[in-house]
Formats: sequence, C-alpha cells, structure tokens
Amino acid sequence: MALTNDEVKRYSRHLIMPEVGVEGQERLKNGSVLCIGAGGLGSPAALYLAAAGVGRIGIVDFDVVDYSNLQRQVIHGTPDVGRSKLASAKDRLLALNPHITVDTYETALSSKNALDLFKPYDVILDGTDNFPTRYLTNDACVILGKPNAYGSIFRFEGQASVFATKGGPCYRCLYPEPPPPGLVPSCAEGGVLGVLPGVIGTIQATEAIKLIMGIGEPLIGRFLIYDALRMKFRELKLKRDPDCPVCGTHPTVTELIDYEEFCGVAPAPVEVAASGASSNETETDVKELKRKIDAKEDFYLLDVREPNEFKIGRIPGSTLIPLGEVPQRVNEIPRGKEIIVLCKMGSRSARAAAYLRQQGYKNVKNLKGGILDWSDQVDPSVPKY
Amino acid sequence: MANKILIPTPLRPFTGKQDAVEVDGATIGELLANLTTRYEGLKPHLYNEQGKLRSFVNVYLNDEDIRYLEKEKTAVKPGDTISIIPSVAGGVNGTHE
Repeated sequence: MALTNDEVKRYSRHLIMPEVGVEGQERLKNGSVLCIGAGGLGSPAALYLAAAGVGRIGIVDFDVVDYSNLQRQVIHGTPDVGRSKLASAKDRLLALNPHITVDTYETALSSKNALDLFKPYDVILDGTDNFPTRYLTNDACVILGKPNAYGSIFRFEGQASVFATKGGPCYRCLYPEPPPPGLVPSCAEGGVLGVLPGVIGTIQATEAIKLIMGIGEPLIGRFLIYDALRMKFRELKLKRDPDCPVCGTHPTVTELIDYEEFCGVAPAPVEVAASGASSNETETDVKELKRKIDAKEDFYLLDVREPNEFKIGRIPGSTLIPLGEVPQRVNEIPRGKEIIVLCKMGSRSARAAAYLRQQGYKNVKNLKGGILDWSDQVDPSVPKY
Repeated sequence: MANKILIPTPLRPFTGKQDAVEVDGATIGELLANLTTRYEGLKPHLYNEQGKLRSFVNVYLNDEDIRYLEKEKTAVKPGDTISIIPSVAGGVNGTHE
C-alpha cells in the first residue's frame, strides 16, 4: 500500500532521510508488531511504533490500569485508572496516529493461543515481566521464525536484545532455564525507576522499526545492559548455542510446553486450597495477627522489607531486618518464641520464614498478603504502595 | 592479583550494597570461590546444590560469555572485568511490564 498525502505530511521527517525514504515508510505502513503487554515496556514501545507509522500494532494484555502503573506506563493517563489497559492503549494510539490499525487481545498469552496470535505479525515485542510468559514468547518466536525484540527491567537496570532471528541466538541460548520462583525479586517488591522502561521500551521499538525497514545493524548476538544510576551502557556478546533445546542443532522442544510448570510456578489458588489444613502451621493472616496484638500475646513480629518501605508504613511492634540481612543478623531473632514474618505481599517473608525454619526455628509463620492485606483489612491508615 | 567483579542489582543486597568487588584469583572459578567465601549469602544465588554455576546466571570475562571460553577454568589477566548477569523479570506475576 502506498502512502496517502496526509501520511506523506505526517512522516516527512522520515521521508527526507535516504535511509528511510518512501520505501522504508511504506514498509512500516505494511509492517506489523505484536506487543506482549501494555505495561512499562509496552507503553513507550507502542507509542513510538504508532508515531513512526507501523501499520498494524497488536497488544496482548488482560490487566486494568492502576494508580501505581502511572509512574512509568505512559500510554495510560489518570482518567484511565480502572479501565482495561487495552481500551486505554488503543484510544491513545489512535489519537496519536489514526492512520494505523490497533488489534487488541484481552487474554493471557498461553501455549494454546500464542502461535495463532503471533502468526500475523512481523515482529514480536516482549514486554513481559514474568518468566513463564518470557519463555513462552521466546519459544513461540523460534518455532514461527519471528524476531523477538526483547527487553527487561529491574530497579535501575535494563536489558535488551533481539532474539530468534535466522541464525541468531534466542533467549534460551542465554538462559537455558529460569530461576526457581522466589529466588529473584519482582519489580513490585524491588521497585523500578519510572523512566527506565522508557529507555528500554524505546530501544525495543527502535529494533522493531529497523527490522521492519531492513536497515542498520540490529541488536542480534549482542546483549545490551543499561545502568540508569551510572548512566552506562554495556554490550556483551551473545552466541547461538548449538545445544539450545529450542533453536539448537537438535532441538528437544519443538512445540509449546507448559511454561508455568517449566518455571516451577504452581497456580497459587490451587496450592492454597490444597494445603489448607497444614498451612495453619506455616501461615497466618492479618485478622489473626490483629487478634494476637490486641490480646497482647507474646510473639516476635519480623518485617523483612527494606528500610525505605518500612518508612512508608509499618505494623505496630514489628522489628525490621531486611531479607538480605537476615542470615547475618539471625542472632537478633529470638529462639523459643513464636515468630511472625511479614513483607509487602507475603513472598519475601515466605522466603525468610523458610530460611528461619532451616536454621532450626520451630514456630515460624508467614503473614499472608503482607502489609497490603493489613491496610485493606485492619488499618487503612497504613498507606498502600 | 585482584580483578573487579561487577555485581548486578538483584545480588547487591548480598555484597553490602556494593556494585563492584575486587577479588583475587587466577581463574574465574577461583575469583568466584573467593567472592562467595567473602559474601556467603551470594553462594546459593550463584551455585546449585551440586556446586555448579546456576543456569540462570551467566558470567562474562569482559564481553565474552565464559561458557564459550574455558568456563570456570578461564584464566584472568590484570585489568579484566568479570560480570555476573542473572536473568531478571519485572513485576508481579500475571501483569505485564
């Protein structure tokens, strides 16, 4: 499809560059990118893809816009809080550029739907924040031969690369297996500098645009690491692994698998229901904690969050020892007393509780739902963050 | 001979918040052994129960992956920089970053 006069006017700063020109712009117009997620990475990426004139942009997401998203997910605005991210993103993209088409898929990406969803698109842009979806995206890209513009962020650090191109490495060449759940903290626990996904998502969009136009040197076989605090970019070499289970010479994974299982992520609700009886010994909830506090029972309340989180809000009587310091400071935690461990949502505290049990502590309980549940169910004056 | 090991953000809680540590050793294996002796909390994050480097942690000598050099036997020279690069993921499970 050729460019209309309106499009020529809109894309004139592209058209006057010989590297892009009318041909490159028409390639963009006839090109398509599927963004996995309309979050921190997907937001800036989709905005720039739309502005650049990528003719078809697909977005897969099933989330709703929340106040805590707005610090970095710039495609959504304050009036969008409570709306579906897809509806919000689509409105914003079409307002920016009515010449493009936006396809929305309100679903969780799964082994059942990934291949069908990916098929119509030229480039897949991985903006996922969890390992099962990341391995699923990688494997589906390799199986279909679709390039994957990859990005990942944590606190002040970001990573980017292009995977699954012909002859190039894939994410599994870099990391054959995911970390076991619990060993790596998430952004909801670790935080993320709001502007960081802006940088990484924009790099992903740059790569997607270059791949569609067929210009420049794509980020293939190179792993870019960005440290926002030091303002440093580093580049590491990445090789295709001939023994890679997906893209190697003799692949063992030739169709999509169960990625929740592969990543060791048990479906949480089932686990809770199944272990209902025994969980009383290892878990407690905020209502029970409140009852104990009111009854002045003798126990040790251990908060394993970071000092800056402790400053935002705390439960009365709690003692702060950040998770990373627990092994060195274990002597400060009394033996022979009931210990209740808490964090923001209950996952770091579960790790701390498991560690204490390993160290011989007999009566250790994890506070389910953490301080967020405390704020919801006991004391709303404790701010949620 | 001391070489600089760059510590990634997720592992800094185990190195007293330092983003780089100077460690002695003639090979990558020696450097990492000395590193985890000094910072014991790091050990389970780098090695599995069998004492092997974990598959979601990559180690680079300058810009080369040691898996394609001589792995932990790779020799280091003065001035070489070692990077530990674990896989990271963004947010809460089920949402997208």
